[in-house]
Amino acid sequence: MKKTYKIDVDCANCAAKMEDATKKTPGVADCTVNFMTLKMIVTFDEGSDPKAIMTDVLKNCKKVEDDCEIFF
Amino acid sequence: MQKNRNEAKAMNKKQKKMLYRILLAAVCMIALHFLSPALNPVWNGNLKFLLYLIPYLTVGYDILIKAWKGICNRQPFDENFLMAVASIGAIILGRVRTGDYAEGAAVMLFYQIGELFQSVAVGKSRRNISSLMDIRPDYANLEKEDMTVERVDPDEVEIGSVIVVSAGEKIPIDGVVLTGFSTLDTAALTGESVPRTVREGEDVISGCINQSGTLRIRTTKEFGESTASRILDMVENASSRKSRQEAFITRFARIYTPAVCYAALALAFLPPLVRILSGSPAQWGDWIMRALTFLVISCPCALVISIPLTFFAGIGGASRAGVLVKGSNYFEELARADTVVMDKTGTMTKGVFEVAGIHHASMPEDMLLEYAALAEAHSTHPIALSLRRAYGKDPDLSRVRDVEEISGHGIRAVVDGHTVICGNERMMQHMGIEPQPCSSVGTLVHLAIDGAYCGHILIADQIKPTAAEAIADLKRLGIRKTVMLTGDRKQTAETVARQIGADQVCAELLPDGKVQKVEELLSHVPKGKSLAFIGDGINDAPVLSRADVGIAMGALGSDAAIEAADIVLMDDDPLKVPKAVRIARKCLRIAYENIVFAISVKFICLILGALGLASMWLAIFADVGVMVLAVLNAIRALSVRHM
Repeated sequence: MKKTYKIDVDCANCAAKMEDATKKTPGVADCTVNFMTLKMIVTFDEGSDPKAIMTDVLKNCKKVEDDCEIFF
Repeated sequence: MQKNRNEAKAMNKKQKKMLYRILLAAVCMIALHFLSPALNPVWNGNLKFLLYLIPYLTVGYDILIKAWKGICNRQPFDENFLMAVASIGAIILGRVRTGDYAEGAAVMLFYQIGELFQSVAVGKSRRNISSLMDIRPDYANLEKEDMTVERVDPDEVEIGSVIVVSAGEKIPIDGVVLTGFSTLDTAALTGESVPRTVREGEDVISGCINQSGTLRIRTTKEFGESTASRILDMVENASSRKSRQEAFITRFARIYTPAVCYAALALAFLPPLVRILSGSPAQWGDWIMRALTFLVISCPCALVISIPLTFFAGIGGASRAGVLVKGSNYFEELARADTVVMDKTGTMTKGVFEVAGIHHASMPEDMLLEYAALAEAHSTHPIALSLRRAYGKDPDLSRVRDVEEISGHGIRAVVDGHTVICGNERMMQHMGIEPQPCSSVGTLVHLAIDGAYCGHILIADQIKPTAAEAIADLKRLGIRKTVMLTGDRKQTAETVARQIGADQVCAELLPDGKVQKVEELLSHVPKGKSLAFIGDGINDAPVLSRADVGIAMGALGSDAAIEAADIVLMDDDPLKVPKAVRIARKCLRIAYENIVFAISVKFICLILGALGLASMWLAIFADVGVMVLAVLNAIRALSVRHM
């Protein structure tokens, strides 16, 4: 399952870090963060609950870049 | 224009707050600069320190907090950390040695100015590009059963509904014109400035602007499946597919930041230790200062921001010219294309069969054409269609009777009481009539009336007027080989290839033969170069995806092509191909310039810093200045007007 989320982040490097952190979150198969359009495309593992996973994703992203936001 | 200026000025809340903080800190710094000599030298140390903390903390508190959080989260090596360490270090040095705190505060101030500039520049180009691509319609005027019109969200319009588009409005959803006559501005979709005229029964695509009359349109697609929505999706997702240069920068930043931190650490401690061991004075302060300068210079933001910005601007600029690129990696492939393979029908030729000549006619040519058109009046065969198109009038069906279609041969019909036989060579031979052969290229329709041969009509696909120019242009761009593939007859293929100037031609290929041929050509492409395939997206999807970069043209409304291709040309002008190559090369050149420029300036300054030749001030300007130049250079990729 693939979903697109709007994000808010200030620098390209931070966006790359968010991408990394999201990829490492359990339940996430793949992730691409597009800094220019401020969008995050997350591919979830089969049969997982995106809402719950996104909470973890946000937590992990906050860890690497405090000043970020994901709208889900 | 006025609107643009307002938009450009507009900063978001965060940016405005930052601006106030910077201004406040700057005023403080200037005031302190003049105030400090007047301070009492006895207690000025402490007071000056505290006073300088005011602008420092005003402008930099968030950096300090972020750096601290980074350390807590075990992600210490980022720009915030570099800046925090450098500025705190400079202030501590000031406290213990020089008594000058301006440097530490200034580092923070200029860093924040740079960040603010970057954020505004990125935001502005983001808005610019999105507004260029602003083809997404906000509403649809839905006509209800009682003929009243209601403004609704285009998402809610079902297939088969009737929508009304007045002059000046955007067509929200793809459909067919029911009533109305108008001209459409397709510039946002195709980059083509000549308006298109539409009348009843014609297909229209969403994203065009209706310029004159009111159109009633029956929708044929849902909003999400309509051209405008699909194109927007494609462009917005384009920068998600990263080019090697972008990937390189990300990897580079990941290794680079820790590396410079350790290098700075080494610079701070190793030389003094060596000096102690060799018996000279350690000069701790001097070396720590150099290490801090080193840290400030090392900030990688110029690189990290400018490369994705370059590609984003390039993709935005290209889409303005009617070239949709699905990812920055395809820019890379296209820029180093060495072989261009093209399809014939629909790509280099119009793909529309037209009457190209009437030969050996034993009666006036238009009369011959009239007979042919009438005989073929009931047929839906492409050749019949082109005959009727050439005839130009609606055939009067009452003049035609006893139509008999002989599949694969032709038609026999009675027109105005005369028996008309209309078909290919075999048809004529079958009827015992000797047809005249023809030396031209194309399909022949022979005609016999009442058993007597009356001549033949030559029907040929026409070469696009810009095809030859496009190939010559590609050659000028250094494309080594141009190959034309076609399923058509050898004679036709060779003639077309000669006329457009293609180097090589492979005729009579079946669709899978095309894939094999492309694979064979791919094996001859030198390393580091690529092969581009240009097709019209009709039954060449496998080839489009097999080539290094697949270019589909005339893709407006063709879903298969948008799906399979890497680069989509919105109209069917072959000249867009060399243009796309130029845009791709310009974009890559800018990205390359930025990488080389930023890295080399950084390294020179790093060396100067390590040798103690660069002051903290130079360090700040090296960092912010390089970033500003790189961002401005990146925005250049947006302009593709005269390419």
